[in-house]
Amino acid sequence: MDGIHDLGGKQGYGPIDIDDQGDPFHHAWEGREWGIAQCARTPGITIDWWRHCRELIMPEDYLGRPYFDSWAQTDFATYIEAGWMTLDEIDAGTSLSGQPAPAPLPAMTLEQVLDEDRAHAFRFDAEIEAMPFYSVGQQIRAARNGYAGHTRLPQYVRGRLGVINAYHGAHVFPDRSAHGEEVHQPLYSVMFEASELWPEAAGSKDKVYLDLWESYLLEPRE
Amino acid sequence: MSDFDADKVAKIHRELHSHLPSEPALRVKALETLLVDKGLVNSQTIDAWVEAYTEEIGPKRGARVVAKAWTDPEYRKRLLADAPAAIDELGYLGKATAHLKAVENTDTVHNLVVCTLCSCYPFSILGIAPAWYKAAAYRARAVRDPRGVLAEFGVDIGDQVEVRVWDSTAELRYLVIPQRPAGTDGMSEDQLAALVTRNSMIGTDRDLQAG
Repeated sequence: MDGIHDLGGKQGYGPIDIDDQGDPFHHAWEGREWGIAQCARTPGITIDWWRHCRELIMPEDYLGRPYFDSWAQTDFATYIEAGWMTLDEIDAGTSLSGQPAPAPLPAMTLEQVLDEDRAHAFRFDAEIEAMPFYSVGQQIRAARNGYAGHTRLPQYVRGRLGVINAYHGAHVFPDRSAHGEEVHQPLYSVMFEASELWPEAAGSKDKVYLDLWESYLLEPRE
Repeated sequence: MSDFDADKVAKIHRELHSHLPSEPALRVKALETLLVDKGLVNSQTIDAWVEAYTEEIGPKRGARVVAKAWTDPEYRKRLLADAPAAIDELGYLGKATAHLKAVENTDTVHNLVVCTLCSCYPFSILGIAPAWYKAAAYRARAVRDPRGVLAEFGVDIGDQVEVRVWDSTAELRYLVIPQRPAGTDGMSEDQLAALVTRNSMIGTDRDLQAG
């Protein structure tokens, strides 16, 4: 989706605000939202659907609101879309399901949460029968067009020539995962010369590396 | 059950405007209250997650990995070849690091990490990302003007150095291994770990100081 989230190379954002004291959370509510996101993601959804729902936040809100606030907005949206919560319940501030309150979940201790973090080392790769179409060192062209739904091919490399830097194996394909489907596709590290991407980088030896799925790539002459 | 319906979600985002409180703190409070009410979350578990990422999980872990790579050539090799296994040796494998990749700075190469499409970050070794990493200005500029970005962080990159920017577009996450500073021979792993800044492991810091 050519959305507001696809920020790579966009101009006009000015200097970076490096107001950083090293604290993980600057407000208590940021920590609360972090915690909610770790233990209460909407049942049955995928990380790619959640990311897509964040991308679908109104552009003025996407750019204007604090980071963890956008997570809370995304959580509300995914819960409502999947039928776990309603706007009326948000207005009322309480469940209106009419069902008796469910038994509260048991509290997890710090030790249990640290174990849970280790258990969150999710892998996204799998063995597939198909061999990778491209090989390391081969020149490719990134697809010229994006996909209207969730996709991880940024605008700034589309149509540009790059070189396969490494093969990562087959990984869950986000464009389909955002529809709840789990299919795996070869994933590559692709190197683009900065000079191929940006007019002001002519003559530069700097490079930009992206991880791109096979269907994002074309033969150079295509 | 989700229908994975993007148009429906776009509409929900608009409607939420008139239903949610105006302050972020109140919005998050409303979310937590409803989820507790529905039996989907326990507030004490949220407390534990906050404590985990305030006290236990953070850039000190990454710094330990870097210091070990500096002092143990075999560990460095394992880290470069299979970073998830190498950090698992220290008990640091976790959220968002199952496909970790370590990239090493040299006299002629400087690495810089960004996520232009969202704000992907290797949580279990670096903790919560700094605010600037998640800001539009950094996400927009890191891939296009890395030297200008580095200059704003006080890092002067010479012409002899090639800058490699890693845009985290898939589930791979990147850890920069900064160069060991001169004058640190004989320092212990603990002493070395204390020299490693968080920003040096993202790439917005380069020349670490011996103390």
